[in-house]
Amino acid sequence: MDELLGEFITETNEFLETVDTQLVVFEADPTDGDTLNSIFRLVHTIKGTCGFLGLPRLQFVAHAGETLLGKFRDGTLVATPDQVQLVLESIDRIKEILAGLESTGAEPEGDDSALIGALELAAEGRPALSTAPAPEPVVAAPVVEAQQVSTSGLRWDADLGRELRPGEVSLAELEAAFLSTAPDDEIERGASSTVAPEVSPPDFIEVAAPIAERRAAPEMRAIKDEDEDTAAKGGAVSSSQTIRVNVDVLETLMTMVSELVLTRNQLMQMVRNTTDSEFKAPLQRLSAVTAELQDSVMKTRMQPIGSAWKKLPRIVRDAARDLNKKIDLIMDGEATELDRQVLELIKDPLTHMIRNSCDHGLEAPATRVAAGKSEMGSIRLNAYHEGGHIVIEVSDDGAGLSTSRIRDKAIKNGLVSEELAWTMSDAQIHRYIFAPGFSTAAAVTSISGRGVGMDVVRTNIELIGGTIDLQSTEGRGTKFFIKIPLTLAIVSALVVGSRQQCFAIPQLSIVELVGAGGASEHKVEVLNSARVLRLRDRLLPLVDLSEVLGVPPRDPATGESSSAFVVVMQHSGQLFGVVVDEVFDTEEIVVKPLSKALADVGTFSGATILGDGSVIMIIDPGAVYRRVGQAEEVAEETIEAVQKKRGQRPETTSMILFQAGGEQPKAVPLSLVTRLEELDATTFEQGDGRTLVQYRGELMPIVPADPNTPIATTGVQPVLVFTYNGLAAGLAVDKIVDIVDEALDIEMAAERPGLLGVAVLKGKATEVLDVSHYLSLALTNWDDPGVNKPTKHIVLVERNPFFRNLLSPLLRAAGYEVEAVDTVSAALLCAEYRKPSAVLTDIDVDVASARRLLSDDRLAGTSIVALSGSPDADATGFASLVRKSDRKSLIAAVENAAKLEIAA
Amino acid sequence: MNALATRHESELALATAGTKEFVTVHVADQLFGVEVIDIQDVFSLKSLTPVPGARPEIAGVLNLRGRIVTAIDARRRLGLPARPQGFAGMMAVGVEYQGEAYGILVDSVGEVLRLSDSDFEPNPVNLNPNWKDVSQGVYRLEGHLLMTLNVDHLLCVATA
Repeated sequence: MDELLGEFITETNEFLETVDTQLVVFEADPTDGDTLNSIFRLVHTIKGTCGFLGLPRLQFVAHAGETLLGKFRDGTLVATPDQVQLVLESIDRIKEILAGLESTGAEPEGDDSALIGALELAAEGRPALSTAPAPEPVVAAPVVEAQQVSTSGLRWDADLGRELRPGEVSLAELEAAFLSTAPDDEIERGASSTVAPEVSPPDFIEVAAPIAERRAAPEMRAIKDEDEDTAAKGGAVSSSQTIRVNVDVLETLMTMVSELVLTRNQLMQMVRNTTDSEFKAPLQRLSAVTAELQDSVMKTRMQPIGSAWKKLPRIVRDAARDLNKKIDLIMDGEATELDRQVLELIKDPLTHMIRNSCDHGLEAPATRVAAGKSEMGSIRLNAYHEGGHIVIEVSDDGAGLSTSRIRDKAIKNGLVSEELAWTMSDAQIHRYIFAPGFSTAAAVTSISGRGVGMDVVRTNIELIGGTIDLQSTEGRGTKFFIKIPLTLAIVSALVVGSRQQCFAIPQLSIVELVGAGGASEHKVEVLNSARVLRLRDRLLPLVDLSEVLGVPPRDPATGESSSAFVVVMQHSGQLFGVVVDEVFDTEEIVVKPLSKALADVGTFSGATILGDGSVIMIIDPGAVYRRVGQAEEVAEETIEAVQKKRGQRPETTSMILFQAGGEQPKAVPLSLVTRLEELDATTFEQGDGRTLVQYRGELMPIVPADPNTPIATTGVQPVLVFTYNGLAAGLAVDKIVDIVDEALDIEMAAERPGLLGVAVLKGKATEVLDVSHYLSLALTNWDDPGVNKPTKHIVLVERNPFFRNLLSPLLRAAGYEVEAVDTVSAALLCAEYRKPSAVLTDIDVDVASARRLLSDDRLAGTSIVALSGSPDADATGFASLVRKSDRKSLIAAVENAAKLEIAA
Repeated sequence: MNALATRHESELALATAGTKEFVTVHVADQLFGVEVIDIQDVFSLKSLTPVPGARPEIAGVLNLRGRIVTAIDARRRLGLPARPQGFAGMMAVGVEYQGEAYGILVDSVGEVLRLSDSDFEPNPVNLNPNWKDVSQGVYRLEGHLLMTLNVDHLLCVATA
């Protein structure tokens, strides 16, 4: 009996899901006879089985519901939404009782008289509940006339010779139901093979009919599973043979097949290494059969995704009713099949997302009309296969996501800094809805917004190795994309090598593979120990796989030049790169769980056996993602710490890069260049042994940047124009390449005139030219001290040789005599020897010693100008503060300071 | 056939009263004994995949006839120095613990000994606590001592 009961509960639950869906269809179109018939049939089956098993509560409720449905079916009543709601309520009650039955094995206590009463009232077409008057019967109902209404309100049944019990149906009615609702061969066959209702004694029918229905039931389910559409339309269905198999059996079968696949792979590997083996042919055969077997076994686990969607129409209907919205649910691709294990796991996330769409996605009808949309909102579910995965799209034509609200909330919750938030694209902002505890819903409703949000959905989907993304246009709607693997048992993985060991990375989380290092066009760059890859238009944070694994990373000195690969992965909406040493192959692997001893490692999601029999570990993409996140935090901290310590941002200098005489880039500080010109070489003239050009009404001398490359005589000549003291000079170059803003560090001192030294700019060794050398070549009066201004002596205190070399020619060009020193003490020694007109001192490196200049007697009355890389450095006490890169202010400040000296 | 097996078993039962069967293994220079009933396999170590980030006593994972086995390094577990020549050529004792397969890596596997309870003595009090954890006691053999090795205790710390 227990076994029978268990089977009954399983079956009935399946039926109820179908009833739910069909009722919603029926409500939308009450004239749909086929749908009604199938609903009637299902409810009747439930009722009949209950009677057979002795479950009175279930039986009466189902009976009352069935009576009402019978009225719809025979056309006595036209279904109104309220009546359908009643039927749905009775279905819910049946579910409740079933749940109790399942847990305790007996019907729970309870009183259903109110519900049964309401159902009966509705069935009698009382105006209190029925809003539509009963129309003329569409189909002649032979039983209606035969009924007599007794004084007690219960109907008299002629066949039974007694009054009908509440919820009971007369025999004649039941028979009529059979005659009119059994179009399927199976049901008729089932019914006739058991017992013919016509010849049975009246009391037996109650038992016999359920048996007939029970026989028919599994076959009906088979029809439904095989082709739901045909079944719903009541069309002819070929007799198919199905059996119920315990899921455990299928699981075991799958495991065995997985083992078989592994063994096959091993054998193949062994034979591959030998030539001319007699095993080759049979092994080929074994391989083919194994593949087929694997396919077939996989198929037994496959279920159409539509079975996970069955509950959704009811949910959408109830939500629409609760929220007073009009919602149309459109489902496409229900037949798309996927592993039942995966199917179970996506049911809940999908339900949650549909509820979200109903509640937050779609607007109220009035708002929709005002926005120029139709009153009826639509939610569309679409499923399809795409490269070994299943993509499920959930879209609505509602209000879309509010970028500004999500941005505000993300900033408020501290998920992102305000500056960063404003530089992010809308799509990036939208992804914050997947962040934990993130909900923009203003109000918590009964439908959604109960604290569990999209982060739970995301977590659930990522748990099965899937990904979720979205696309939303404000005012137009939102579309979610869920990408999940077809099965969890066998996954496609990329085998990579790091530090001489192989690992597998699940293919689903891999976006692309990029070759980096060596001669590749992609280069790994380092930002304060954080490694990044410039990939198309964005910087990709990188983490070395060895770092994730906690093994010593490769030597950074040799690491960059050796060949490496970057596996671009996506997790939690974040793209990141994993640096590996080698990439081998993709393999279909059977994921095996790790033992408890390895559970606390956390980096691996499992292990597998490769074709050669070796065991490799499967990397958990989540663990890598967490590692990247940590690295990010550390990097930010370090930058902050550095900034705090130094009170400034890292110094950068704008440099102009060009080529002159060869491929090797050359550079000059941009602040020294007045203009970049492309001059017509035919206008160049010769005079005084120099090349001259008429430029802005004056003659401008031009010198070649590379002494061995002559100035062009035809075509266009790129020229960097410098101005000195109202006079312009041009530097002829081959090609202007770029302007870069980088920290400048001259690493090699110059050994020939005209060169300050060599620095690394944009990753390339670049010659930094000494502009003063070229100016002296171009302008004969360059070093002439007394042209326009009186000679003034200036001491420049600058520890950085680059700035010393940069600023000295600049000041010299402005007509000052410059003594450039690197320490304050040296400056004071200079002052002892000859008192300067002004002192320029760097205050970034050591402001305390710079202040010694202010108080020293040797410099009494001399203006001290502070130099800094930052405009907001503390320069109290100094005559003025000048930014090193600001050429104009520097000259102005020095002029001012020198004037003061004259006045003093 | 069946009768024969039963007779064999009953003879065995007679002979085993008051005795236990042990497989002897060497770890470093010490002789240990693992009870036969605990052992599923004895196999030589062919290849071993290290698991980065795992506890030090976990030597790695290996493939034993299509099953993934977690290998526990007995030397590490007992606080003994690692083998100078590495894992190559080591032997493993395959055991089942909480439904999972483990292999205990030892230097060599000796013979099966039937030892009498009368030769058994509990652990001496001055024994290293690391060893006390995994051993119930000592058998006095001729010429040397055999420490019992309790598989469950050996693995419970590894998986805790």
